Amino acid sequence: MNKFLKAAVAATALLASSAVASAADLKACFVYIGPVGDFGWTYQHDQGRKDVEAHFGDRVETAFLENIPEGPDSERAIERFAREGCGIIFTTSFGYMNPTLKVAKKYPDVKFEHATGYKTADNVATYNSRFHEGRYIIGQIAAKMSKTGTAGYIASFPIPEVVAGINAFLYGAQSINPDFKVKVVWVNTWFDPGKEADAAKALIDQGADIITQHTDSTAPLQVAQERGVHGFGQASDMVKFAPDAQYTAIIDNWGPYYIHRIQEVLDGNWESAQTWEGLATGHVVMAPYTNLPDDVVEMAKETEAKIAGGWEPFTGPLMKQDGTEVVGEGDALDPGAILGMNWYIKGVDDKLPE
Amino acid sequence: MRIELVKRKNSSTTMAVLSPVIAVILTLISGAILFAIAGKDPIHGLYLFFIQPLTDSWSIQELIVKATPLVLIACGLAVCYLSNNWNIGAEGQFIFGALCGSFLPILFPDFDNWLTLPLMLVFGTLGGALWGLIPGVLKTRFNTNEILTSLMLVYVASLLLDYLVRGPWRDPDGYNFPESRIFSDSATMPLIDGRLSVSCLVAVAVVIVLALMLSKSLKGFEIRVMGESPRAGGFSGFSQKGLTLFSFAIAGGLAGLAGTMEVSSSLNQLLPSISPGYGFTAIIVAFLGRLNPIGILIAGLVLSLSYIGGESVQASMGISSKIASVIQGLLLCYVLVCDTFVLYQIRIVSTLRSGAQKEASDV
Amino acid sequence: MFEAILLTVITAATPLLIAAIGELVVERSGVLNLGVEGMMIMGAVVGFGVAHHTGSGFLAVIAAILAGMLMSALFGVFVVYLATNQVATGLALTILGLGVSGMIGESFIGIPGMRLPELYIPGLTELPFIGPVLFSHDGVVYAGFALVFLTSYVLFRTRMGLILRAVGDNHTSAHALGYSVLKIRFLAVLFGGACAGLAGGYMSLAYTPQWVENMIAGRGWIALALVVFASWLPWRVVAGAYLFGAVTVLTFHAQAIGVTIPSQFLSSLPYLATVVVLVIISSNRRLTLVNTPACLGKTFIPDR
Repeated sequence: MNKFLKAAVAATALLASSAVASAADLKACFVYIGPVGDFGWTYQHDQGRKDVEAHFGDRVETAFLENIPEGPDSERAIERFAREGCGIIFTTSFGYMNPTLKVAKKYPDVKFEHATGYKTADNVATYNSRFHEGRYIIGQIAAKMSKTGTAGYIASFPIPEVVAGINAFLYGAQSINPDFKVKVVWVNTWFDPGKEADAAKALIDQGADIITQHTDSTAPLQVAQERGVHGFGQASDMVKFAPDAQYTAIIDNWGPYYIHRIQEVLDGNWESAQTWEGLATGHVVMAPYTNLPDDVVEMAKETEAKIAGGWEPFTGPLMKQDGTEVVGEGDALDPGAILGMNWYIKGVDDKLPE
Repeated sequence: MRIELVKRKNSSTTMAVLSPVIAVILTLISGAILFAIAGKDPIHGLYLFFIQPLTDSWSIQELIVKATPLVLIACGLAVCYLSNNWNIGAEGQFIFGALCGSFLPILFPDFDNWLTLPLMLVFGTLGGALWGLIPGVLKTRFNTNEILTSLMLVYVASLLLDYLVRGPWRDPDGYNFPESRIFSDSATMPLIDGRLSVSCLVAVAVVIVLALMLSKSLKGFEIRVMGESPRAGGFSGFSQKGLTLFSFAIAGGLAGLAGTMEVSSSLNQLLPSISPGYGFTAIIVAFLGRLNPIGILIAGLVLSLSYIGGESVQASMGISSKIASVIQGLLLCYVLVCDTFVLYQIRIVSTLRSGAQKEASDV
Repeated sequence: MFEAILLTVITAATPLLIAAIGELVVERSGVLNLGVEGMMIMGAVVGFGVAHHTGSGFLAVIAAILAGMLMSALFGVFVVYLATNQVATGLALTILGLGVSGMIGESFIGIPGMRLPELYIPGLTELPFIGPVLFSHDGVVYAGFALVFLTSYVLFRTRMGLILRAVGDNHTSAHALGYSVLKIRFLAVLFGGACAGLAGGYMSLAYTPQWVENMIAGRGWIALALVVFASWLPWRVVAGAYLFGAVTVLTFHAQAIGVTIPSQFLSSLPYLATVVVLVIISSNRRLTLVNTPACLGKTFIPDR
């Protein structure tokens, strides 16, 4: 780099430091895959960021970048935050995994937290939530409430988390009604209200009277509301969109985790870890049970308490689609197998891409 | 009163220089208003957006990294547009090229020597050209509208990438997550500094070669003649069909090359989505650069600045990413309008006179 | 079952149909508008906002139409009067529309929308099968068909349509005959914008009554493809829109029944089908040459 550039860099550093000289002890930064206005995945992360601001007040300053596509742009976004004095950076999409690690290598003093990935480093932690716990509960509710014995499942992409969600849902349903059926439709998008609505309609027309989804928009619930069937909210409480149709929702609640980890950075005892928590710690929250008879609510709450007490929903005897046993009676499936799930349990009427 | 455009006898050199300047000033004013509406300090906002990224070696590097694929794709598109071939599917050609360039390190990781990278680049270029030739062939053989077929093929290419990365090309050690294996060092573009790889030099070389070809060679003459008037070109013995195929192959090939270099220099693996819309942004770059390779080089850097600057205001001022896209849209509109005045001048005609003229012409 | 599928297809096809019919008129006048997506998203956000603040579906639809027209007026001034490049201007307007709608819509996120009421037609809505399929929709669905009928009639049966087509086919002679090419094109662009706004409004008021960023999700581009697919004939636009809607919906049904083809392949079917049909239609030279507006995409500067 030539002299002119060096001088320019020095000048900006001066400018930047005068601009950033705020009272905050720590800057916490967030990189988002979608718009904060998706009312789903990114929206919930941003709620978590707002929880951080509310909790720490002036002590912690936050910043975020939204709509950062996976791929080359993400590395730049992450590195920008690392350069701008962020003490901890949360990267909230699976595709940010390798860029996060690359940047982390260059900035050993900055803490990185990558959501839904599996690679860690001294200054890179991962975090995710045990969403399948919620799916097990809604599966039980579905089996109790369905008249046709069939639920429709709107799925996004066949990644382990989504597959585990389908399995947990059906496994929960089978615990109530062993013959329960789930019809899976892949829409190949996380977010397209129109497509999700069309898929919901197709599933209802094929005999499903419960709709559940692993996509982000409220459209499927709105369809359920109109067609007089029922469903479950995804990522946030969507009861406003379907007051008569929503039984409950699986809420992503990132706030407590973010506050906890930022506190650790402030206290100087942050360490790299792989966090995977669920109902027990409030990382996954069930929205209020509505439109349900008392006995079903009671059952759901019992299951919730049982899982919060440490019980793993994927407890054997658990069989794969072809009938081979994965874990025997009373044994719990180990976390690695759940996090990397690429097989269906017995009874799923669908095939995964090889 | 009515406003009319009158063609200048010679295109105005003053306006040709002034037009981008005026467009930028108008964009700055609009940007300032937008920041004020959002309740932020307009001057600081504009500084962060347009100036700060240029004051620091890191963001200058990032600027070049981001501009490289844009410039490469836009150069190819310029050849298409100059010859009246409306290829808007460069995004698909970018993706398909990247796929063809990546099969080597993904499916044959053991083939790992000095030949790997050159072969990848060749396959990527050929793949992109092939994908680009589909609308080209459909146009020449069946007279099918290339705007639409090239656009439809974008969706097909990105779904194909999605399928491969989630299925057959998934990293065997990746816990079933949708990503390919990471490329070895011999499949990676050599780095100059930071994230800056030799890709940017390739882009500059392409710009120079294309600029020479367009201005000096017979092919360049053919492209310009056929673009201006296919009939006249036909008399000179040029083949419209041949030129269509040529321009689609060039555009597709360059997009494919850009895709392969992008994957091999900054990603080092395939992911379900590898392009933040480069192929579409490049269309804008091509027009901003007035379909001239040197102009495209500048336009690519300007547009890339609008991305980096957009992120910089977002990160520092907490402004939504939508402002960046509004400013980009406005910048493009202003440039297009200002360019009109290079070729035309405005004349204000009173309604009375033009009405009388209309009657006269009716008779 | 068949009845239910038909209903879903009608909803999926309506926004495509309306936006495409508007674009058809624009292209018939010789202008290529690639800003449909941006005009639709503006219609969607403004329609939603007005419905939210006034509670009136009628006002919301009107507002959506006006929003689309406002965007198209901008487009029209640029490409018609200032002779800017149509492809680039259209793309610029799409970018602008996505950005502006996102800014306007920031406060509408997470608010349940209002669905347009379905019209009840005494005597007809009760009919078995025909009733639910044909006579139980919101006004926009009927407006869509009325638009097709009207467009078809005006284009081919009236003097106005003749002039519009003349402008698109040969602007130099149309100008020589004393028609104001620019004015006619500008009006056609406004009509196209109104239709795109209405189609966008349908997305946020009826299809999925809510506002979320980027909710048009590429439907504007599909509408553009449909126009060529229909070789610039209004009734074929209907056929195309319904075919596209049907393919999309049927892929979901196929999956629900248990057909296990990679879903990416199913998702790409509508696009591949469009390419194939485009090829079939366009390889019939006689047919396309008759209907293709010869001046499509070319700017016109009247010189005395």
